[in-house]
Amino acid sequence: MTEIPEHLLKRAQAAREKAAESSAEPAGETAAPAAEADSRIPAHLLERSKAARTKAAGGDDDAGGGVAVADKVAAAVATPAAGGGVPVGAGPGGHTQRLLTVVKSGSIQEVKAQPVDKVHTWPHLLAAEFVASLACLVFTFLFSIWVNAPLLQLANNNQTPNPSKAPWYFLGLQELLTMFHPMVAGVTIPGVGIIMLIFAPYIDKNPSNKPEDRKFATSLMTVHLMFWAVLVMIGSFFRGPGFNFTLPWRDGLFFEL
Amino acid sequence: MAKIIDETSRPTAKERFQQTVDSVQGSQAWASIFRPGSIFRKGYTDSPRNRSYVVMNSVLYHLHPVKVKRHAVKVSYTLCLGGLSFFLFILLTVTGIFLMFFYRPEATAAWDDISNLQTSVTFGLLVRNMHRWGAHLMVLAVFLHMSRVFYHGAYKPPREFNWVIGVILLTLTLLLSFTGYLLPWDQLALWAVAVGTNMMGYTPVFGQEVRFVLLGGAEIGSETLLRWYVLHVLFFPFIIVIFMAIHFWRVRKDGGISGPL
Repeated sequence: MTEIPEHLLKRAQAAREKAAESSAEPAGETAAPAAEADSRIPAHLLERSKAARTKAAGGDDDAGGGVAVADKVAAAVATPAAGGGVPVGAGPGGHTQRLLTVVKSGSIQEVKAQPVDKVHTWPHLLAAEFVASLACLVFTFLFSIWVNAPLLQLANNNQTPNPSKAPWYFLGLQELLTMFHPMVAGVTIPGVGIIMLIFAPYIDKNPSNKPEDRKFATSLMTVHLMFWAVLVMIGSFFRGPGFNFTLPWRDGLFFEL
Repeated sequence: MAKIIDETSRPTAKERFQQTVDSVQGSQAWASIFRPGSIFRKGYTDSPRNRSYVVMNSVLYHLHPVKVKRHAVKVSYTLCLGGLSFFLFILLTVTGIFLMFFYRPEATAAWDDISNLQTSVTFGLLVRNMHRWGAHLMVLAVFLHMSRVFYHGAYKPPREFNWVIGVILLTLTLLLSFTGYLLPWDQLALWAVAVGTNMMGYTPVFGQEVRFVLLGGAEIGSETLLRWYVLHVLFFPFIIVIFMAIHFWRVRKDGGISGPL
């Protein structure tokens, strides 16, 4: 059988005693208790104010004085109720509620989210985005007016241009082809590169995003990006006929976008 | 004696215009188009509530929260690179649809179509130029966006997976650009693609098979053109839009823009 907690047992016992008391007492014995029963002020508060007034009236007053005060209080409470205007237990301003206590938010709730300095997306962010896209559009538009996209002769499978170059973003790979076996240059190196890139967040366990805390990651990425950038530059501008090394200011450009 | 002349003044043009506007904005059709709280229902006056409503009650809410961190607005942090990549994608879609009206993906017709587009179609040359330069610019923007994200450590938890999607998007961007490279069917297109696909053939185990499927034969020809056209205008855009949707959704779900440093 489950054990009933002690405090519940105590509470039940107290309630039982109280019920026995009230049934034993004959109803409406005096005016004061009746008024007290009618009053919405809890009995223990009345007791307390009674005691306080007794004390104020004179420390060594006898019980009779105390009773008299209690009667006065009870009468004061009961009279307006009989008058009917203000509700029973109304305060000086006619308020029926009282401030019992102030609970500070931190004492019962844990505040997890710190307030962040935020601004409205409109107009602050949307205006910036609008200007940026407009600038991008204007740039593309003007560049397209001044520079035409290349259109060489009709494709001919029997006539290989010299040099033949891939699109610029693959020229790093084509550059690697001059140094390694095609499988290494075209598959292994870019494959490892892209897999390292995909797994970067799982390899880099450093939680900080401060540049001074991530010197190694930053250096590694810079080396990686520079590796491709330099290869693309060489492939684009420094490779001429036969994909041999050339100087653009000496032999001209062999590069089409 | 009853007055014959009506003394109320006739409504002015401004009042009549206002009446029309009110009746349109009060109509059921208007209310069905614009959500409650939309600025198009009651008009816009600058207030914090209306600033919130602009985003909250429009399709923009899919992209942006109502409020963003103050440092996110600083252009020097992101340089707008992600947004510009998306904008360039939209620009390329618009110009690309225009180009599709004048282009047939056949070896006998493709080059002539491009040539005619440049010489006989109004704005044809301009739109083709914008498509080409926009494509190069997009590759550059996506690459720079990735670099920016790396240098800001913006791929760290909880954004790891969005970085993975970002790398996939970079790869898809390169593939979109590369498949489009063949379509003009000139010497530049043919031989650039030849160099690129020859490299692909060296992939171990299935390299030759993949190359054969992509080219529609052993060499680049009319079948290749059709395949790459479909890949360029339908397949890769479809895939990239899905990944972009996930990418943008995760940006918001992972707590908006990263930082500050």
